Amino acid sequence: MAVKKFVVGVFTDEKVLFPAVKKVRSAGYKIHDVYTPMPIHGLDHAMGLRETSLHTAGFIYGITGTTTALSCIGWIFNSDWPLNFGGKSHFDLPAWIPITFELTVLFSAVGMVLTFCYLCQLAPFVRKHHFNLRATDDQFTMVIECTEKTNEAEVSSFLQSVGAVNINTQVAETGWWLGRYDTDKLPYNTQGLN
Amino acid sequence: MAAFRYESQVRPGLVDGSKDYHQVTEDIIGPIEAAPTRGWWIGFIISVACLIFGIISVTTQVIYGVGQWNLQKTIGWGWDITNFVWWVGIGHAGTLISAILLLFRQQWRTGVNRAAEAMTIFAVMCAGQFPIWHMGRVWLAFFIMPYPNTRGPLWPNFNSPLLWDVFAISTYFTVSLLFWYSGLLPDMATIRDRAKLKWRKAFYGVAAFGWTGSTKHWQRHEALSLVLAGLSTPLVLSVHTIVSFDFATSVIPGWHTTIFPPYFVAGAVFSGFAMVQTLLIVTRKVLKLEDYITMEHVDVMNKIIVLTGSIVGVAYLTELFISWYGQNKFEGYEFAQNRVNIFSPYGWSYYLMMGCNVLSPQIFWFRKMRRNLTVTFFMSVIVNVGMWFERFVIIVTSIYRDYLPSSWATYYAPSIWEIGFYVGTFGLFFTCYFLFIKFFPVIAVAEIKHILKQAGNTYKEKMTESETVSVEEFAHEHAHAH
Repeated sequence: MAVKKFVVGVFTDEKVLFPAVKKVRSAGYKIHDVYTPMPIHGLDHAMGLRETSLHTAGFIYGITGTTTALSCIGWIFNSDWPLNFGGKSHFDLPAWIPITFELTVLFSAVGMVLTFCYLCQLAPFVRKHHFNLRATDDQFTMVIECTEKTNEAEVSSFLQSVGAVNINTQVAETGWWLGRYDTDKLPYNTQGLN
Repeated sequence: MAAFRYESQVRPGLVDGSKDYHQVTEDIIGPIEAAPTRGWWIGFIISVACLIFGIISVTTQVIYGVGQWNLQKTIGWGWDITNFVWWVGIGHAGTLISAILLLFRQQWRTGVNRAAEAMTIFAVMCAGQFPIWHMGRVWLAFFIMPYPNTRGPLWPNFNSPLLWDVFAISTYFTVSLLFWYSGLLPDMATIRDRAKLKWRKAFYGVAAFGWTGSTKHWQRHEALSLVLAGLSTPLVLSVHTIVSFDFATSVIPGWHTTIFPPYFVAGAVFSGFAMVQTLLIVTRKVLKLEDYITMEHVDVMNKIIVLTGSIVGVAYLTELFISWYGQNKFEGYEFAQNRVNIFSPYGWSYYLMMGCNVLSPQIFWFRKMRRNLTVTFFMSVIVNVGMWFERFVIIVTSIYRDYLPSSWATYYAPSIWEIGFYVGTFGLFFTCYFLFIKFFPVIAVAEIKHILKQAGNTYKEKMTESETVSVEEFAHEHAHAH
């Protein structure tokens, strides 16, 4: 797990945040992330993030469900235990539509949610570093990663010039660790970092 | 970008009062952080008491058998399946609000979706109890699941509507729960990050799954919500369709009807919206959320009630017409004698159903009535009474006079344990609902913030000002290139 240094700029208005994201990017700084209390449409494009492929995953899970249902029922009614229901066809496709549909939806939904949690690394007892506790309330938090070449003072003053109201520097672990939010045990040592 | 999008001035605002983002958090999270009120305790204790009555009733039934209920050879389905269909139907409004209205981009859903989805989950939990306990030997309930077993293997009948129901209801419950909880994650994080108490920080820390509000996570979250909405929309239609197949695929006069699927779905939405009204009119008052669940919301939902109520009315009349037009003697007798004849043993229930579901909602053609909370609350209860009787009429009046008069049943009235079971599901429902409003945000905080600057009343007023400046200037000021 990598412990890095970040310059954190807090914005209070999304109207200021948008041009700021563009300016910071065109100035060549690397935005680690922007934390917002609600989804802001277009911010992902402004930050240059690619579209998510979660839909495609959902589709694949869905057809997995369809094939699971059809192959299971087909196998059970035709080869494993062919029951005679009043002389009706053993391959009774119309009667299987409801279950096939339900399993398609079930596989797709469960698969997508699990994939979502995996991609975002979300799970109970997962703890992450929060740069600004009001990022889930009313503030927009832009976090810029520092490299060895970065001049922190310069980044801070640049953030100020684009409209950040509160700027600070933090040392943080970018991944996650197991822990509880009521205890302050950090998995990393902040000593020895400049 | 949506937050700056031009919003029609004709549409009334959806958030009253002068709010900023922080105020929204305060208003909605506040009641969770405060100590529970006396009213909450009273309601909670009554609910738990009902739940205990239900548990006693079910225990009695499990010990002594289904004979504790007043079901008989002729009336094999009575209160239990009536209650099952009624509860499942109630669940449907939640999915309609959260999924279908999301696809239709109806912003008013934002104020009510969280509570409606919770209602869906609790209602489906209650619904599921009835078929499960009606099995009698409930410890063998797992026989309905298809798995390689040592009994043959003996598989369930995949061609049976009753098994379709098992799949439909369990899928519906699972997907609704996932949809609801994935929407809750950001709000749980909001509570966690402002928590002062140790246990609250720990509890919501676990519940929020470590949500940070990262832009990439939001992007995925939006995609997830949209696809889950797209999946839930046909799902919700399929669930009540399959419930109606339980009846429609049989050969019982009165059940054997192709109109059942759309008619059941409309009825489900109808009763579900009535239950949403019942719950939210009280909730908005008790938690002081009048600024978020506005008269506008109540008005729109009443419009849906009058629409779906009328669809149900058309279905009733169509059914009646077809029973005559179809010239099937058994079906004709069933409708003419068992339902329409007010002097028949259950004739009264048919007219109760007609009065509650078709006639009384017509009052909502009047705007004044739609915006009257007392009328709305009263009507919401009436509608659910009517919808309960609809299921009772469909189930009991169709079977109590069997083909042979020698098999006709004597008058069916529920036993105390049947009533207790029904009361118990109310207990379960409201116990869950009270816990929900105490520990979970009743309104989707992040979603309200998302629409605040376009649908909030104070922001709309500002928009009117900027509109008068000039269109180009407005566009220039608010546009941004991607």
